[in-house]
Amino acid sequence: MSDVILQLKDVDKSYYIDKMPVPVLKKVNFKVMNGEYVAIMGPSGSGKSTMMNIVGCLDKQTAGEFIFDGVDIAKCHDKQLSIIRNAKIGFVFQNFNLLPRQSALENVELPLLYAGVRKSERRRRAKEALARVGLEDRMYHKPTQLSGGQKQRVAIARAIVNKPRLLLADEPTGALDTKSGEQVMDLFGELNSEGVTVVMITHAMEIAERAKRMVFIRDGELFDDDRQFHHEPHISSPVIDLSKEGTDDEISEQREETAAE
Amino acid sequence: MLENVRLSFQGIFSHKIRSFLTMLGIIIGIAAIIAIVSTIKGTNEQIKNNLIGSGNNTVKIRLCQGEDEVNFAWQSVPDGVPVITDEEKKLISELEGVEKCTVYRQHNYVDNIYYGGTALESATIYGIDDTFLATDGYQVCRGKGFSPKDYEGFSKVCLIDQTVVSAIFGSDDPIGKTLDIESEPFTVIGVVAQTTEFEPVINSVDDYWMYNQMDGSKIFLPSEIWPVIYKYDEPQNVIAKAVNTDSMTTVGKSTADLLNEYLTTGENSKFAYKSENLLEQAQKMQDLSSSTNSMLIWIASISLLVGGIGVMNIMLVSVTERTREIGLKKALGARKGRIALQFLTEASVLTSIGGLIGVICGIGLAQVVSKMAEVPVAISTPAIVVSVVFSMAVGIVFGLIPSVKAARLNPIDALRYE
Ligand SMILES: Nc1ncnc2c1ncn2[C@@H]1O[C@H](COP(=O)(O)OP(=O)(O)OP(=O)(O)O)[C@@H](O)[C@H]1O
Ligand SMILES: [Mg+2]
Repeated sequence: MSDVILQLKDVDKSYYIDKMPVPVLKKVNFKVMNGEYVAIMGPSGSGKSTMMNIVGCLDKQTAGEFIFDGVDIAKCHDKQLSIIRNAKIGFVFQNFNLLPRQSALENVELPLLYAGVRKSERRRRAKEALARVGLEDRMYHKPTQLSGGQKQRVAIARAIVNKPRLLLADEPTGALDTKSGEQVMDLFGELNSEGVTVVMITHAMEIAERAKRMVFIRDGELFDDDRQFHHEPHISSPVIDLSKEGTDDEISEQREETAAE
Repeated sequence: MLENVRLSFQGIFSHKIRSFLTMLGIIIGIAAIIAIVSTIKGTNEQIKNNLIGSGNNTVKIRLCQGEDEVNFAWQSVPDGVPVITDEEKKLISELEGVEKCTVYRQHNYVDNIYYGGTALESATIYGIDDTFLATDGYQVCRGKGFSPKDYEGFSKVCLIDQTVVSAIFGSDDPIGKTLDIESEPFTVIGVVAQTTEFEPVINSVDDYWMYNQMDGSKIFLPSEIWPVIYKYDEPQNVIAKAVNTDSMTTVGKSTADLLNEYLTTGENSKFAYKSENLLEQAQKMQDLSSSTNSMLIWIASISLLVGGIGVMNIMLVSVTERTREIGLKKALGARKGRIALQFLTEASVLTSIGGLIGVICGIGLAQVVSKMAEVPVAISTPAIVVSVVFSMAVGIVFGLIPSVKAARLNPIDALRYE
């Protein structure tokens, strides 16, 4: 078994607006090893979510190669992609994306339903996952009866219920207060220490610092870590120093924006 | 699948008013169809029962000239029509499907009948053999029937039915009284009535319409005495009782064929024995009432079509509303088929509920129609089953486009959808 769980090779992604290509990702090379914990940072509109969608097999690149778990995703059919998403990837979204009319338990059961797991087994494993995120006493609550932090923990339970290899999170703490955010990050840390590969987009430096590795996207280009970022000679000034949090105008601006949302 | 149905109910009940309005077209369409079908069925059953009598499988085979029955009350006896012999009668009773048969003579609209000074208008006089009463379902309810002596001895005796009793005897006891028939005195020895099993016996479509207005007076004489007051060589009619309703048609045909063999009226004569095919007549009348009503069914179907389009419309709205949900489900690994099935189930559950409500409304409507228009209704179980299945099919057909649309959504576009 390869140690590389996913690899993007010279990936381009363009959106077409009125048949005019708008390049969003440019020659992105990104490699994640099994068990890694990666934070993706970058200004708004730089292409973080776009890359995350490709990594999550929800979208396909315009050019280049994406290998996930040894499989060339560009060559997969819709059905195969569904199976990969269901069995190997867990998604956590900024806005939770829970089904409003279903209870927490039913929400968590969904991926198991799509995997064809029997009802009693679904129940058992969904309860286990909810217990894992500390919500055993909120199983029968509807999303509207839960706080933001609780909703996100339900979403995490849903993401991990199928025991995926990869956990993808797009600004998982973006809609949460500091304390709930901390809880979510603690969970991610625990899951990662249990061997789950975590790739997470965030705007907040203190969140990103929890990760073992940071990458930075700017205008559709990816810089694999802060070191490389610093040494890249053609990067426009002001030079962003990730080690000295808060000194960079752009980042602090960015964070204020997020906080204001 | 059960899960889908449960979710569909959840979805439908969370938008009660919207769901109800969507169902309305289906409800109206199905209700109209059920009401119409019930009325058709009720009318048809009434026609069939009245025309052929329930349980009475008798067929009359009568001498006709062209299409019309010959009435010897004012027609002369044609050449070449022999009197039916006992031998022929035996042959008829041996035909396949014949249980028993009787040979009789009949004069319609006879006026020359008096009891003292009271005249009996427009009576039917029968000259009957000893098997007639049993074959045509009559019972002697007062007095007695004809004895062999009455036949052999040319007794001037008669049997009358209740209509005659009430027309001329009133509250008097008719037994032993004397009736003047064609200026000959006949003693009434009994009163007969058709057994309930044989009632109502209606012998033709014309009779059917007349049935409710008048029930003609009937007087029965022994066949032997007939030539004394009428002509001796008058041809007879035959009543054959078939073993069951379905063989009535063939029994009638074969009996008529047999009798026609004996006719020597010549190639071009219009005289022939004909059996009234009551089943066929009933069928024709039913077809008539069905064809007018099937127009109504087409109109009701248009309502169903409109209802179906309404369902499609609301399902398309629902797909748009739930774009994010669809995107999420796809991200979690739901396949196209599952998404499509979910919307298809929802559409068909919606229309099936509509269909069920429609059936209930339709039954109610049929009762109201039957009360107001005084037509009989009969609720048809197949129609109910077909209606519900059909409304389910409407859901599937009109849910197809929205379901495919949902299934084809790109997960990314769906998740980004605001
Ligand atoms: N469906 C689309 N059609 C056209 N352009 C798109 C589409 N989706 C995204 N884009 C463009 O691609 C760029 C990158 O978008 P993306 O959502 O990846 O940014 P992001 O880095 O996740 O930003 P944020 O931090 O605000 O979430 C944006 O400029 C956006 O306008
Ligand atoms: Mg984003």
